[in-house]
Amino acid sequence: MTADAASPPPQVAGAEARRLADWVFRVRELGIVAAFALLMLVTAIIEPRFVTADSLRNLALNAAIFAILAAGQTLVIITRNVDLSVGSVLGLAAFMAGDLLSSHQSLPIPIVILLGMLLGAACGALNGVLVTFGQVPALVVTLGTLYAFRGVAFLWTNGRQVNAETLPDAFLNLGTGSILGIPTLALIALVVVVVVGQALRDFRSGRELYAIGSNPEGARLAGVRSERRVFAAFLLSGALAGLAGVLFTARFGTVDATAGASYELTVISATVVGGVAIFGGTGSVYGAALGALLLQTITSSLIVLKVDAFWQEAAIGALLLVAIAFDRLVGLRLDARLRRRSVRRAG
Amino acid sequence: MPADTKSVPPVPTPATAGADDAADASEREDAGRLRRAAGRWETLLLALFVVLLPVGQAISPQFLTSDSFTTGSLDFSEIALMALPLTLVVIAAEIDLSIASVLGLSSAAMAYLWNHGQPIEAIIPICIVLGGLCGAFNGLLVTRLGLPSLAVTIGTLALFRGLAFVVIGDDSVTDFPSAWTDRAFGNFAGTAVPNVIVLFAVLAVLFAVLLHFTPFGRSVYAIGANEEAAFFSGLRVKRIKLTLFVLSGAVAALAGVVISLRNSTAAANVGIGFELTVVTAVLLGGVSIFGGRGTIAGVVLALLLLGGIQKALLLSESISSYWIQIVTGVLLIGSVLGPNLVQRARAARAHSSRQRGVWPSRPAAQRNPPQEEKA
Repeated sequence: MTADAASPPPQVAGAEARRLADWVFRVRELGIVAAFALLMLVTAIIEPRFVTADSLRNLALNAAIFAILAAGQTLVIITRNVDLSVGSVLGLAAFMAGDLLSSHQSLPIPIVILLGMLLGAACGALNGVLVTFGQVPALVVTLGTLYAFRGVAFLWTNGRQVNAETLPDAFLNLGTGSILGIPTLALIALVVVVVVGQALRDFRSGRELYAIGSNPEGARLAGVRSERRVFAAFLLSGALAGLAGVLFTARFGTVDATAGASYELTVISATVVGGVAIFGGTGSVYGAALGALLLQTITSSLIVLKVDAFWQEAAIGALLLVAIAFDRLVGLRLDARLRRRSVRRAG
Repeated sequence: MPADTKSVPPVPTPATAGADDAADASEREDAGRLRRAAGRWETLLLALFVVLLPVGQAISPQFLTSDSFTTGSLDFSEIALMALPLTLVVIAAEIDLSIASVLGLSSAAMAYLWNHGQPIEAIIPICIVLGGLCGAFNGLLVTRLGLPSLAVTIGTLALFRGLAFVVIGDDSVTDFPSAWTDRAFGNFAGTAVPNVIVLFAVLAVLFAVLLHFTPFGRSVYAIGANEEAAFFSGLRVKRIKLTLFVLSGAVAALAGVVISLRNSTAAANVGIGFELTVVTAVLLGGVSIFGGRGTIAGVVLALLLLGGIQKALLLSESISSYWIQIVTGVLLIGSVLGPNLVQRARAARAHSSRQRGVWPSRPAAQRNPPQEEKA
């Protein structure tokens, strides 16, 4: 008990531990940025055309949709849940946007985006209710809705497909146009990532998501309204998948019932590569968005480097394994360091 | 034994508010029976399957024919094969999402080896060993590095599928000897049962014996229920988990051999997306995603049910086959949601009756009935 007097007030120790943890996360995100920079550099040296404005624009366009999905997925994974249904929700919203605009050319684009997000939010709310009120594991719920939503999309489209010719030009410009040289899609993704990222970092509700993910029982005892927060995370993930769906239609123009099929595992890979632990409690939206950008860059640069396209998938899988192994080793060392520190204080 | 259960005196129904003790006892009795019934998820699956038979027949007169059984079971055979070892993996509270990619890699390896002049008798065991190695890779990452299997096998899902494309590219091999393709496609000794389903039945019995009648199987349950306790009781947790991943990989590779021979086509893109169907079958079969609970019988019944529904909807002319996905999703969620809601309703009723009778002044703050049940 004499050690108590020697140790600094717990608040100071807590702040120090938080600084250390913050530092580790920043290093983690810097690591992805470094990998990204290295990849760009090597590719640019071998094939200078890779860093032309056109090719960079394409890269940003491709990464934008995945970054939005990864932002939503981060909210869910941080609470120790998972949302496998995002690809199917994207498909539903994409077809709805295409169908609406083909028949109502004059519909204002913000309304279409809003409707897409509402549809996605409804899907997310269903997931959220089943997970919180129904107490069904998220993996089971979202695996089920992955099938169910996709089935609904097939029934709805009934073999039809929306073509670019039937869509208003203003809407297609959203997917291909740019503002001040930066693609509109990338700007939208950037806004989404910054808003969600800051909210998760600074808002009380955002911090509570971390609390739920790192210790569900502890969070409940500390007065966190876990069910409400988890529900909100699923709702937002759905809404963002809906937004991604509308942007998907704007970007590609051609949409059928299979839009976004098997996106879910790519999105989860991007999120985990970005440093979000699959069992919750750690990671950031920025990391996840960088992960999405990195995966997209790998794909693009392998194409530019004329590496057999067949290596792409293998490379992404290997990267994911390296990322989680790295996280594990860093986590072990951080644990050891914190433990040593507290032992030193106590002694 | 049946006489035993019948000799239990009928539980008196709580008729008056004064019979609190009796009411309480009956609630407890009820809860016990409910738990046991919930444990018999298999009964419900069987009932659903029995209901499906006349419904399917009403949907299409071809449903209850041997022809539809043959084609329907063939279509589902690879998923059924992979579901067996995955059942054990999930009971041990792990997951393997890479199985469909191992199946693809096995098919690609078959094509590669066949193109390089190997005889099919040598190719098949090589592929199965290769699958076992893939499983060992997963297992080592999970057990030695302590990585979560969900993340590891999402990674190897991409990795193994990528390697499959690296091995064989867009090529495919279709000239396997007809003796072997006939064997994979044909029926068993003049019956309507495909050879592949006989293989599945043999493996199902082997896995059922392994899981339900051996110390190894008991350890799998113990690990899934409480890994730490299992470790401290001296179980070799890591080795057992590694074995499960190896089995999962090997059987997935066997499924790859089967599907390649059955369709007379070996290629890298075989079976993309199968993993989620297999997981669905396992979970629908009553295996808990948190581990420690589930039976091979339940999974076999779930496979029958899923396969039956799929066949019925495919045969139907009026109902769109797109309903397959919706029905699958609803069944999967319902399989966990249903028992949860029933249990919660029971607990809520027990709670309110207790409030009325024994503890009238108890605050209504307990908002988590299932946890209160456990306490």
